[in-house]
Amino acid sequence: METLEHLRDRLATAFPRSEVVIVNNPSPSAQHSLLISADHARVIARHLRDEADLQFDYCSNVTGIDWPEKEIIETIKPAQTDPAGGAAVGTEQKIKRLQPGYLEVVYHLYSMALGHGPVILRLRTLNRADRVELPSLTPVWRSCEFQEREIFDLFGVLFSDHPDLRRILMWDEFKDHPMRKDYVEPDDYEWEPTPHGPVLAKAKVHYAALTPVAAAALGTTPASSSAPAPMSTPGPIASPAGGPAIALPLAVETPPITKAPATAQSPTLNPAAPSAAPRP
Amino acid sequence: MNELTPPSFNPPSGAQVRAVHDAFHGDLLEVSMGPHHPSTHGVFRMMVTLDGETIVKLKPVFGYLHRNHEKLGENTTYLSSMPYTDRLDYLNSMTNNWAYALAVEKLAGQSVPERAEYLRVILAELTRLLNHTCLAGFLLQDCGASGTPLMYAFREREKILDLFEALSGSRMMCNYQRFGGCRVDPSPEWLTAAQSLTDGYGRFLDEYESLITQNEILMARTQGVGVLSPALAVSAGVTGPMLRATGVNYDLRKVDAYGFYPRFPFRVPLGDHGDTYDRYMIRILEMRESITILQQAFRTLPSGPIIDPKAKLRGFRPKPGEAYGRIEGPKGEIGFYLISDGSPNPYRYRVRPPSLVNLTILEDLCLGQTLADAVIILGSIDIVLGEVDR
Repeated sequence: METLEHLRDRLATAFPRSEVVIVNNPSPSAQHSLLISADHARVIARHLRDEADLQFDYCSNVTGIDWPEKEIIETIKPAQTDPAGGAAVGTEQKIKRLQPGYLEVVYHLYSMALGHGPVILRLRTLNRADRVELPSLTPVWRSCEFQEREIFDLFGVLFSDHPDLRRILMWDEFKDHPMRKDYVEPDDYEWEPTPHGPVLAKAKVHYAALTPVAAAALGTTPASSSAPAPMSTPGPIASPAGGPAIALPLAVETPPITKAPATAQSPTLNPAAPSAAPRP
Repeated sequence: MNELTPPSFNPPSGAQVRAVHDAFHGDLLEVSMGPHHPSTHGVFRMMVTLDGETIVKLKPVFGYLHRNHEKLGENTTYLSSMPYTDRLDYLNSMTNNWAYALAVEKLAGQSVPERAEYLRVILAELTRLLNHTCLAGFLLQDCGASGTPLMYAFREREKILDLFEALSGSRMMCNYQRFGGCRVDPSPEWLTAAQSLTDGYGRFLDEYESLITQNEILMARTQGVGVLSPALAVSAGVTGPMLRATGVNYDLRKVDAYGFYPRFPFRVPLGDHGDTYDRYMIRILEMRESITILQQAFRTLPSGPIIDPKAKLRGFRPKPGEAYGRIEGPKGEIGFYLISDGSPNPYRYRVRPPSLVNLTILEDLCLGQTLADAVIILGSIDIVLGEVDR
C-alpha cells in the first residue's frame, strides 16, 4: 500500500472541500492516523472501501476517546521595542488558554481482499456537550453497528443515520456516559423506585409517633408530632433481637415513581438513599 | 451486500402451511430468550419474534455481565490490567494475555526473546485446542445430545487445564504473559507432558469425529442452517473460524505474521457453504493444524531467557502515543487499542472483542430459521459473555 501521505493527497484531490490531516503518533508503533472532517466522513469511507487498489473492506475496531477541555499554560516572550533604541527585549508572560474538549471516534480499517492495513480514521465532535453528532459509518461497514452503539452508550456520541442507536451495555434508563473522564459514579447504583415507596413513608410516620419507651428500645428519639423527621436523626437502628444494626432508609417524602436518578450530578435527588445514610 | 439493506424474510416452504380457521392466524409471538437460558452460554438475551416457529425478528440484548472493563483498565497500571484480561474470554486467557502484551509491546517498542515467542505460540495453540474442543462439545449439547459429547470434550479440556495449572498456577485465569516475555519458564517435565498430550490429541479427534462428524442428526440439524455469505461476513467484521467457514482466507497468523508463526508451516482450512456444519468442521480442522504447529514448536523450542532483561514491569510508563495490537484468537481477532499519555495508567484502554462483533450477524443468520435452530446458530458463533459485555 502507498504511504499515508499519498493517501492523504489522494483523498484531498478526490474531495477538494474536505479536510484530511495526518495525526502523528510518536510511539514506536508508528501507527499514524487520518483526521477527517465529519461532513465528508461517509464519502471518504466509501471511497476507501470501493477503490480497487485500496479496498478497505474490513473495519476492525471502532472506539471512542474522551478529550476533556484542558487548561494550557503557554509561556511567550513578546518582543518589545526599546524606546531608547537598543535591542528588543521581552519579558516572559504566561498565558492561560482553555483548549476546548471534544469526543473522538477512531476507526481501524484493514483490507481482507488485499491484506494491508491498518488505516486509522479519526472523527471529532465539535464539543463534549451539545454538538456531539457524527455521521455513522454503519452504512459503509456493518461491523460498526454494535461498536458505534457502544460509543453512543459509553461516550455519548450521537451517530446520525445509525439504524438502531440505543444503549447496548448500560440499561435504557441510565443517564450518563460512564467512559467520559469526568464521570462520577452515583452513590447508589441499586436504588430504583419501587411500589414500596408509600410503605416506607408510612413506616417513617410510624417511627415518628413512637412512644418514648419503644423509641429508647430502638435507639431513636421520638418526634413530638408527625412532622417529617430530619434526615440525620435515625442512625443505624439496633435490632431488638440484638442482631446486626439495620439502617432503614427513611424517606422524607414518598419517592416519586419515576426513572431512577442515576446521574452523578444530582445524587441528592434520590430521597430514599441520602448520601449520608449509613449503608447496611 | 455492501450497503446495509434490511434482511429479507423467506420462510422455508414448510412454514407456509397454516390452519385456515386458526384464531391466532397471523399473530406474531414475542419470546424473550434468556438471560438465563442454558443455551445462551452465559447471561445473554435474545428478543425473538416468532411467526409460528419461524423467526421473523431477533434482537440481541447485552450488558448483563457489564462491569466496564475498559474503565477499570484506565484506572490501573499497565501491568495490573494483565490479570483482568483473563476475565474477558475466560476460556482463552492465554490468548487474551498475548494480545494485550503485544499491544503494549508495540506501544513501548519492546522486543521479546526467542524462547518466549515459542512459548506464546505453544500456549496459544493449546488454547485454541481447548476452545475448539469446548465448542464442539457445546454445539452437540445445543443440538440436544445432552452430556456425553460434552463430557468427552471436557475430559480433554481438563488435561490442557492441568497443564496450564502446572505452568501458571491457575487453570483458567493464567495471567501468564508479560510485556517483553512470559512469567515463568516451563520445566522439562512440563514440556514432556505437553508434548505427549499433543501427540495423543489426534487420537481424541479421530474418536470424536468417528462419533460425531458423520452423525445423521448433527448433519440434519446443521447443514444449510444459518448460512452466512462471504460478503456479509467481511462487511460485518466477522473474524476467526466464523469467517473462514464462509471461504474467506483471512487468518491473522498468516496476514500479520506476528510472533513466530511464519516459522511454522501450516494450512488455513476454509469452508464452502458458511453454514453451521462448516463452522463445526472448520474448528475440527483448525485443531488438526494446531497439533502440527505444536509438534513443530516442541521440536524446535530454543533455550534462553523467557523475558527481555530490559523489560520494566513495575513503574512502567510508555512514552505518549498509541498502538493497536491484534492476534488471531480462537474466536477471531482480539485486539487492544492503547493510548498512553506518559503516565503509569493508559489514557485509553480498548478491547476489540471478537465475540461481540461476530454477534452482529446473528439476526441475519436466524431469520427464517426455527427457534430451535437459533440455539445451534448461536452456539456455532462461539461467544463468551465475559468478552461480549466486558
